[in-house]
Amino acid sequence: MGKYLLPVIIGTLLGFIARIILLRTDFRQYPTYPTGRIIHLSFGFIAAFIGSVAVPSVLDSDWTAVTFLGLAATQFREVRKMERDTLEKVDNKELVKRGQAFIEGMAQAFEGRNYMVMFLALISTLISVYNLWLGIILGFVLSFIIKYSIKGKLLRDMAEVSEGAIRFEGPNLYVGDIHIKNVGLETSRKVILERAVGAIITPKNENGIVTFSNLGQRQAMLHHLANVLGSYLDTGEPDFVPLSKRKMEDGRIALFFLPMEKEFQQIQQVLENVPILDSAIRLPSESNKGGRNK
Amino acid sequence: MNQPTKIMAIITTKQEKIKGGGVPVFVVEHRESLQNISAILERTLDASAHEVDVDTMIIVAH
Repeated sequence: MGKYLLPVIIGTLLGFIARIILLRTDFRQYPTYPTGRIIHLSFGFIAAFIGSVAVPSVLDSDWTAVTFLGLAATQFREVRKMERDTLEKVDNKELVKRGQAFIEGMAQAFEGRNYMVMFLALISTLISVYNLWLGIILGFVLSFIIKYSIKGKLLRDMAEVSEGAIRFEGPNLYVGDIHIKNVGLETSRKVILERAVGAIITPKNENGIVTFSNLGQRQAMLHHLANVLGSYLDTGEPDFVPLSKRKMEDGRIALFFLPMEKEFQQIQQVLENVPILDSAIRLPSESNKGGRNK
Repeated sequence: MNQPTKIMAIITTKQEKIKGGGVPVFVVEHRESLQNISAILERTLDASAHEVDVDTMIIVAH
């Protein structure tokens, strides 16, 4: 084992560092507490270790050891399940829910990052067996490539956000020209006129129109708003529950939301940074519809 | 999403406009109390009040 010890250590460490870089605690506020982070960091460490010890076994033609990689992959599927279960349970107590689709996306990201770490550890160990410094440098370069290339799309890539005026026609609430709902109580109408903000999401192309029709994507937008800006909401106040409605003719989405602070600039900023969910993306423009259009 | 939308109560000033049953109907004197009763019911039932017309409100659980 002597000649492989250093490369394995290097590979494991690099993989672990990559996991630290990839573990982001941002405005989504998860995971925040050390306990949550430790779970992910130790999973990352194990992934990196498995990835890097696979190399000596291949070089020594010890093929049974390599099959353990497959076993490890099954283990990491558990990560996804664990994340999904936790987030779903927590989500029940949110005022504005994340929604199933967003949770699935997050769980997927956690699983995917572990595989990336494993792969990175494997590559850098393999290289450092031959050249120690080249392995280290390549490991760092790869971590940054991973960091910047596995990012998903953001809302601003697919749509434009503009302000929609909140108005009432009788009891009917409109954001811009899009009907949201019927509000019966006059007191609620007054509060809504005072505090609510409307936003209109205009998709840039037909892909966006289909993508934003996804209810999971729309829920994720509302959750982001509530999460970052705080919502003027409590149980027993169904009139103030944020809603998203779609203009069926052209696929624009209207969001109705009561933030703690009414400033459209912030809302626009938050909305533009909402990730496009993996499960929501549709690309009708790339499919063959059998017509003459290309 | 899975919960079916359901009328929980009806509040009206014109009783003769409503037929049938299944949900309680609150008959009130004037539009002011229509609003008040609806507000109370909305809070307690955690269901939203919708205006069908100026004389009638329904409390709907979404």
